[in-house]
Amino acid sequence: MADKQVRTQQRQPATTSGGQEVAPAEGGERTRPRPVYAPRTDIFETDDGLVILADMPGVPADGVDVTLERNVLTIRGRTEDSPPQGFSPVYLEYQSGDYERVFTLFEDIEAERIEANVKAGVLRLFLPKAGPAQTKRIQVRAS
Amino acid sequence: MATSDFFRSWAGSDPFTEMRRLQNEVNRLLSSYQVAPSASFPPVNAFANEDGVALSAQLPGVEQDDLEISVFRDTLTLRGKRQPGTNERQAYHRRERGHGEFVRNISLPFRVDPDRVEATVQDGVLRVSLHRPEQDKPKRIKVSGQR
Repeated sequence: MADKQVRTQQRQPATTSGGQEVAPAEGGERTRPRPVYAPRTDIFETDDGLVILADMPGVPADGVDVTLERNVLTIRGRTEDSPPQGFSPVYLEYQSGDYERVFTLFEDIEAERIEANVKAGVLRLFLPKAGPAQTKRIQVRAS
Repeated sequence: MATSDFFRSWAGSDPFTEMRRLQNEVNRLLSSYQVAPSASFPPVNAFANEDGVALSAQLPGVEQDDLEISVFRDTLTLRGKRQPGTNERQAYHRRERGHGEFVRNISLPFRVDPDRVEATVQDGVLRVSLHRPEQDKPKRIKVSGQR
């Protein structure tokens, strides 16, 4: 029982911190020795779907990986930059790293029609809502 | 043997379960109170050698036309604005990305040549390379001895 609780809590840091270094989503270690940050994210809803904007500076278009499994959306971004050769650091405010963030969706999303594009280090995802659910009316018959 | 029996009776199967649970709980509480770092936008890294300075800054979502870089003596000024992701009023579920104008003055370790500044933006990362004027560069003095 206690073990189960721990496991569900461990998922949370990845979704609650913004721009902070995060623990791996599923526990365990990564193979790349780079820090991993949760990208700062805006999520808003339009009439036809959800739009997710995530700041991932340094991530090229082919470095982004978005997966939707059941209702768990995972965003990953890989950066490849290295400090300039022949220079020594004099003042550092950020450390470059990869990005990862996991969201649980409460809407029904049409996975085939998800659009993703990256522009100037910002990932924009459009998640179209699935059509209106077919509500089925159940007739109650009095016996 | 005796101690493991003692622990088993004391805290179930694993003596550290409770401790780990507590630690996780504390971590979870702390992580939900993490405030965005107060560092100014954009974050800047500076690298230097004796010929010049290489700066990089994380500017995701800033259009090239909205960014202005100027150099005066040993100060570099970054000025620009970040457009909001959408102009319509929306039902926000989460709003963590800021928008608006920013200015940063960065003091460089030495005077730079304002005519030899190269700046590029790629994937939301700005890279500026600044060079030291020739006459300011350190010169190696040859020591001549007399015999």
